[in-house]
Amino acid sequence: MATVYFDEATRRFSKDDVPAVDGITLDIADGEFLVLVGPSGCGKSTTLRMLAGLEPVDGGRILVDGHDQKGVRPRDRDIAMVFQSYALYPNMSAAQNMAFALDNAKVSKAETKQRVAEAAKILELEPLLDRKPGQMSGGQRQRVAMGRAIVRNPKVFCMDEPLSNLDAKLRVSTRSQIAGLQRRLGITTVYVTHDQVEAMTMGHRVAVLRDGKLQQVDTPERLYDHPVNTFVAAFIGSPAITLVESGVREGVARVHGVPVPLDRAVAGRAGEKVVVGLRPESWHVVETPAGGSRDGSDPSALALTVELVESLGSESFVYGRPVGADEGADRVTVRLDKRTHLTVGDTVHVEPNHGEVHLFDAASGERIEA
Amino acid sequence: MSTPTIVGSLDDEQLPQTARRGRRRRASHHAEASTHHRGPLWTAAGYAGMVLVVLVIAVPLFWILLTSFKERGDIYVRPAQWWPDPVTGQNYRELTTRIPFFDYVRNSVIITSATSVAKIVLGVISAYALSLLRFPGRSVVFLVVIAALMVPNQITVISNYALVAQLGWRNTFQGIIIPLAGVAFGTFLMRNQFLSLPGEIIEAARLDGAGPMKLLWRVVMPMSWPTLVAFALITVVNEWNEYLWPFLMSDDESTAPLPVGLTFLQNNDGVTNWGPVMAGTVLAMLPILVLFLFLQRQMIKGLTAGAVKS
Repeated sequence: MATVYFDEATRRFSKDDVPAVDGITLDIADGEFLVLVGPSGCGKSTTLRMLAGLEPVDGGRILVDGHDQKGVRPRDRDIAMVFQSYALYPNMSAAQNMAFALDNAKVSKAETKQRVAEAAKILELEPLLDRKPGQMSGGQRQRVAMGRAIVRNPKVFCMDEPLSNLDAKLRVSTRSQIAGLQRRLGITTVYVTHDQVEAMTMGHRVAVLRDGKLQQVDTPERLYDHPVNTFVAAFIGSPAITLVESGVREGVARVHGVPVPLDRAVAGRAGEKVVVGLRPESWHVVETPAGGSRDGSDPSALALTVELVESLGSESFVYGRPVGADEGADRVTVRLDKRTHLTVGDTVHVEPNHGEVHLFDAASGERIEA
Repeated sequence: MSTPTIVGSLDDEQLPQTARRGRRRRASHHAEASTHHRGPLWTAAGYAGMVLVVLVIAVPLFWILLTSFKERGDIYVRPAQWWPDPVTGQNYRELTTRIPFFDYVRNSVIITSATSVAKIVLGVISAYALSLLRFPGRSVVFLVVIAALMVPNQITVISNYALVAQLGWRNTFQGIIIPLAGVAFGTFLMRNQFLSLPGEIIEAARLDGAGPMKLLWRVVMPMSWPTLVAFALITVVNEWNEYLWPFLMSDDESTAPLPVGLTFLQNNDGVTNWGPVMAGTVLAMLPILVLFLFLQRQMIKGLTAGAVKS
């Protein structure tokens, strides 16, 4: 168990290239489950590999328990890693795979046996101990890879997309198993994924990366409710948030012509142009829209032509194009409860919920907060 | 024709045979898959091709075997006699009595095993260093090894001879073995094998605290058996059939291996007495044949195990 501290950690694959990991500063508490998330190529795996010692640190430092890891070999770091491919030793049985690290650490035979048995019990691997990886299913291999990490009782777990090779159903169940196991063992864990659902459901805190730069580190709730910029806002949440560029006049922004009143404090900070963000659940349907263009005043509700309906049973998501908007306009995503049924081609009127509007600076993409 | 060419042809035949077996195996897989698409004519053509290849290899070998059981007079009979009549063991008796045949066998075993062990160990260790360890100048070293592959043995023979003779190593085993122990080919082959292993498994082993030797023996080698067996087989066959260098290095039965011994036999008798030479060739082939059959099974086992695994 240990704390991990990234201090301006940087990784450059070649001297004049853009850094793959660019000055990341991140403080991970003892026993914390931190998820690194971002689109592919954002440097999340490289960050993890730097911690494990598989990639050099070209600038800054990485501290584990306050000790700089520079020059410390991977095998001396006491960090266990679960790989995406599981990377099991094909010539060894499940039990031998798990015992390998203990064997290398000169742990006694009896203790090794006991620790392997314990891990096998936790992961329900007991009937598989004598099998080789070639004779196991993907899910079983994944559990052996987990077992190989937990028998070591290391300072830090590093997990590099360990669920991405599993089928959807198994992924969901394994997700909660890993999270539960981590809480139980209390071992500091850094978990890399590109899947924002995994990030939101598993981590104590989530770090969002983009192009090697850290965007935001926060609890899943904060990340969802207070994204620091349009990138985080768009990355977290499924279906994605609707972002619309808008001018601000007299403290009021407009989403496709529909006025969105801003808090006075926020409005004061906003420039000429802002980006308004509204999550799918931040809209409500209005049956008879008040006002309208007929009398010259602004419509208070946005009329959408339904282009796509995704029904999930308990709820549905409607993707609609604002009536009168040109072809290039972005679609607006609205969540509906199961009582509302719409089909493609219908027109629906929606209004933004008060107080659920995210506001970002149009130029920088940064969040505008009171 | 002199014995060197016979030994040379043995050398040439054994080697492609290894490759050819593999090819034939693959070809038969192809044939199975493609009979659905192609007509029986193609299948027949495939078999005809195989028969042709087998004939080209087997007829000379068969002829050697036959001749070794013929009486001296029958060897030159025209038209060719396709079955020895009478069958005689005289050639084998002559072979073992007229030259110290078993001394040559002993020398062959010593030279082949020592050289093969040296080549395999050096090949694996150097390939490991060149593929999985990081050190400055690694790529330069590898380039030098590749460059060594491009130089034919015959070119280095003269300078090697001068050096070894100067050291007073003629007619010694170290004089034969040490200059033969260089391993550009093995280094190249095994390095490519090691580089083809999944990097994550190597990294997992490093994180699991495996030191360099443990990594090699417990993780890297077990995944590389088929390639190693192929390399070992090629090496052993090559060393067993090695002719030129031992021929230059040894003058008598104290160090000369079998192929050189057969030359001595032929030189003693002049070029007409082929019977004992053929008998010697048959006996020289046998151990390699047995080894090949045994290792080939291992090699197939390894290959299928790897295929089923992932």
